[in-house]
Amino acid sequence: MPATIASFKVDFYQFLTPDGHLVGDDMPSLAKDFDTLRDLYRNMVKTRTFDKKAIALQRTGKLGTYASCLGHEAVHWAIGSAMKHEDCFAPMYREYGAQFARGVKMSDVLNYWGGDERGSDFAGPAHDFAWCVPIATQCLHAAGAALAYKLRGEPRVAVTVVGDGGSSKGDFLEAINAASAYELPMVLVICNNQWAISVPRSKQNTATTLAQKGIAGGLASIQVDGNDIIAARWAMEEAIEGARNGEGATVIEMITYRLSDHTTADDATRYRDSEEVDIAWKQEPIVRLRKYLTSVGEWDDEREAALEAEAAEAVSEAVEEYLALGKPGLESMFDYMYAELPHDLAEQRERALEELK
Amino acid sequence: MASITMVEAVTMALAWEMEHDDSVVVLGEDVGINGGVFRATAGLAQRFGDERVIDTPLAETMIAGLSVGMAAQGMKPVAEAQFMGFIYAMVDHMICHAARMRHRTRGRLSCPMVLRAPFGGGIHAPEHRSESTEALFAHIPGLRVVIPSSPSRAYGLLLAAIRDPDPVVFLEPKRIYRLNKEEVEDNGEDLPLDVCYVLRDGTDLTLVTWGAMVKETLEAADKLAEQGISAEVIDVATISPLDMATIIESVEKTGRCVIVHEAARMCGVGAEIAAGLADAGLYHLYAPVKRVTGYDSVMPLYKMEMKYMPSVGRILNAANEVMEVS
Repeated sequence: MPATIASFKVDFYQFLTPDGHLVGDDMPSLAKDFDTLRDLYRNMVKTRTFDKKAIALQRTGKLGTYASCLGHEAVHWAIGSAMKHEDCFAPMYREYGAQFARGVKMSDVLNYWGGDERGSDFAGPAHDFAWCVPIATQCLHAAGAALAYKLRGEPRVAVTVVGDGGSSKGDFLEAINAASAYELPMVLVICNNQWAISVPRSKQNTATTLAQKGIAGGLASIQVDGNDIIAARWAMEEAIEGARNGEGATVIEMITYRLSDHTTADDATRYRDSEEVDIAWKQEPIVRLRKYLTSVGEWDDEREAALEAEAAEAVSEAVEEYLALGKPGLESMFDYMYAELPHDLAEQRERALEELK
Repeated sequence: MASITMVEAVTMALAWEMEHDDSVVVLGEDVGINGGVFRATAGLAQRFGDERVIDTPLAETMIAGLSVGMAAQGMKPVAEAQFMGFIYAMVDHMICHAARMRHRTRGRLSCPMVLRAPFGGGIHAPEHRSESTEALFAHIPGLRVVIPSSPSRAYGLLLAAIRDPDPVVFLEPKRIYRLNKEEVEDNGEDLPLDVCYVLRDGTDLTLVTWGAMVKETLEAADKLAEQGISAEVIDVATISPLDMATIIESVEKTGRCVIVHEAARMCGVGAEIAAGLADAGLYHLYAPVKRVTGYDSVMPLYKMEMKYMPSVGRILNAANEVMEVS
């Protein structure tokens, strides 16, 4: 008989069921913190209103390719609302809710997808990383940030997000190794939305969970229902404050579903059954929170109507701001390349300003 | 003042800057207690501790990604790729992030990191350790690519690279790590980046080169002098951004130019220099611009490596060819 020298388990957390009921004991205090839950609900609805409008802008030729966040609102708001300003967020490219929580403006997001670098000079914390398209590279930037904070003795935490697809990349696994080797103050969230463009979760690997990849690297790792804002936000708070207190990094796999196409350039009906999407709509995060708040008398139709109006107004203001911005100056192609413009590039700049004006 | 080798000059520059700037950290594989496989970080871990001289797991992508993250958060990481042949796993972070960080955030974030790597042939190293692929990085807007060719320039240019507010790929020609010693004062004085260094004045011919090839090129210039040909020798030092002005100024005087580099010819930095001369120096040229380079073939394993690399003889052949055109 061989001796067992290691074994593992992955705990799954859910406190709010898809039909809006609380389950389990040891309920986080957030479940009864109705002010916070109402705030989160409002913000999740606003984010979805924004998302719908962004897609409409793309469809009418007023925005470039856009990556929708439909269905991810609880994951994103859980991340952003659990962080402190001085913490550092290294997103991928659709975590708008998390960024809004940190002060990034809706118009910043539109500027980015609208083809304007000024979007990444956003209104959120100046130290937060910008959108990260190459997949999973942001995990190592978060690890680097966490290492910087640790070396300087600053009580700050770096938080990053990767998808189920991105969890297959070396960068993610190397970030786990770095977080483990250096005991970094960071949280790695796997936003498992079941689809990496057209490749389903089952084709990434046959591991029962993606969280267990963190365990393989020596990190505390859990799985939560990412459509349950109570579980997701609780898990983020625990992991972030644990990291801040020197308890090291955590991997949190949040189970959710990409209700939209991958981006506006994608058509998910080519590779995904509509029945699967119908089932996913019954799990989504906003309805279940509304059901719960309504069932305990903390939400009603009047508040909902007011929220709808408020969300529409916020989005429409952002769109106006975005559409009014105009093109950046020609010189902006050159002026941010280096702290000081090299000689040859200065010549190219001068000529461009002459030829392209 | 100490008489030191080029690799010792690298160590001396790292130590000076770590002593004077707390935000400087060194990271890489075996850079800690082992002092690096070429000894470039020898003694630094003992002096500054393992929090500032950081041994990494064996993961090049991690080294680059951590450096980008640290640099964006106010540190000045000096990362080491153990050999340039292992740098390709780092290229994603250098191109997609380090090079673009300042630009894409409109200056909100920047990436003041240095990526050091020993490169080039001539030390009988195993496979993947002898190539010269500096042109890959020179092609990327937003990066600086700096190559020293002597102990004093290694010291001054590395200090400048660490102090530079933007990412620098600092490639160290390992064939000349211990080739000769030079008196280098450990005074913390850097040397300017983005400029060529004129190593020898001449009137008949301009020889342009960088890195380890400076040795063969200077030897060729000596031989040419014996033939009565006065060759100017330019060490490009920063291959991107390229200081064409100094090269053009020299060619305006000499009217002839031979470019020497160890890297393969196709799209090598020599091609950019030749194009720059065709554009701005053509009417001063008496003869075609010649390149003496590695071949467009895979760098051979070590039995044949010296045949691949430009020799004094090949440089002289090209020099004599351009001198024959009147």
